[in-house]
Amino acid sequence: MKDLLHGELVHLTVEDPETIARLASEWSANSEFSRLLDWDPARRFSVKNAQKWVEKQYEKETVFEFAIRTLEGDRIIGEVGLDGIRWTHRNCFVGIGLGEPEYWGKGYGTDAMRIILRYAFNELNMQRVSLDVFEYNQRGIRSYEKAGFVMEGRKRGLILRESRRWDVIYMGILRDEWLKMEQERLEKTT
Amino acid sequence: MSIGNPLFNGELIQLGAVDHEKDPEIVSRWTHNAGFMRMMYMDPMKPLSVWQVKKKLEELEKSMEDDKNLFHFHIRTRSDNRLVGFAELSWISWTNGSGYIRLGIGDPEDHHKGYGRQTLCLLLRYAFEELNLYRLSAIIPEYNLPAQSLFKSAIFVEEVRQRQALEKDGRRWDSLDFGLLAEVWKDGLK
Repeated sequence: MKDLLHGELVHLTVEDPETIARLASEWSANSEFSRLLDWDPARRFSVKNAQKWVEKQYEKETVFEFAIRTLEGDRIIGEVGLDGIRWTHRNCFVGIGLGEPEYWGKGYGTDAMRIILRYAFNELNMQRVSLDVFEYNQRGIRSYEKAGFVMEGRKRGLILRESRRWDVIYMGILRDEWLKMEQERLEKTT
Repeated sequence: MSIGNPLFNGELIQLGAVDHEKDPEIVSRWTHNAGFMRMMYMDPMKPLSVWQVKKKLEELEKSMEDDKNLFHFHIRTRSDNRLVGFAELSWISWTNGSGYIRLGIGDPEDHHKGYGRQTLCLLLRYAFEELNLYRLSAIIPEYNLPAQSLFKSAIFVEEVRQRQALEKDGRRWDSLDFGLLAEVWKDGLK
């Protein structure tokens, strides 16, 4: 069996809170990154503040946080995590962010998403994985579609930024859809 | 509409505060009613003792004070000040002007009396005319048909359908998000 946490461009690891906090604090300097990630106001996070947050996340049984590391150079370029896991419903949300913009639009995020989906379906036995993405994040939407997510609706004008309203788009992938896609991918590569 | 128009009083019911002495006993009784609990909550139904409810209501009130993004009301009859349900606006994002709305009438004997409809009317007015929100969302499971028809009657529309997000009674159900914009609500009043 192939290593569960390895993809074609990246692999997933879990790092100490301090490591993640240092990077998160640095990444928060890029307001575009923050605005793609969250609908709360973009703000700067101190290392101490970020570390407290990461430690709290690590304690939760409904959260699995990973660092995304490049296979080439082993550099941490972002984070991906499952949260809001409802074990009885076998359903959860996924969130992903590449803090290093030079890796945007090159397949690194999609690769990380494929790994975390495999982890969610094959290890955590989820029945579905959900996500939300903002209307202005077209690159994200394309990446999620490539990873197999289907649009399930949009909350109209949920975000107010730059003096206009933007929709929040909801996407989901079901276990059967994922299995079928993986099967097709396997057949293509062999 | 005028400033003197009462926000909390309808013909039949009022949006009241929590009575920490008397309410826990009644709420505890509701939590033992699986029918009610499964309509209101996605997490597994689990009854709460009077003491547990008391603690929960205290925590709720503390979070209302600390976080300032939650408004929780206990619905009481105008005629005899009897607790019949609860209603709340939660997860309010002040920068985006958005929030979630939910309400429940506890005892089956109090259904079909117009309490829910009137509560929803008051809560919408409170959300749009006092909190100045731009939009509201309501999360409703596929199997909660009464809630769907209540929110539709208040001109909410289905915005998102998370397919097979829930599992109950050995089958999977969709989770629906209904939405209402302030401008649509205001037009509807004309």
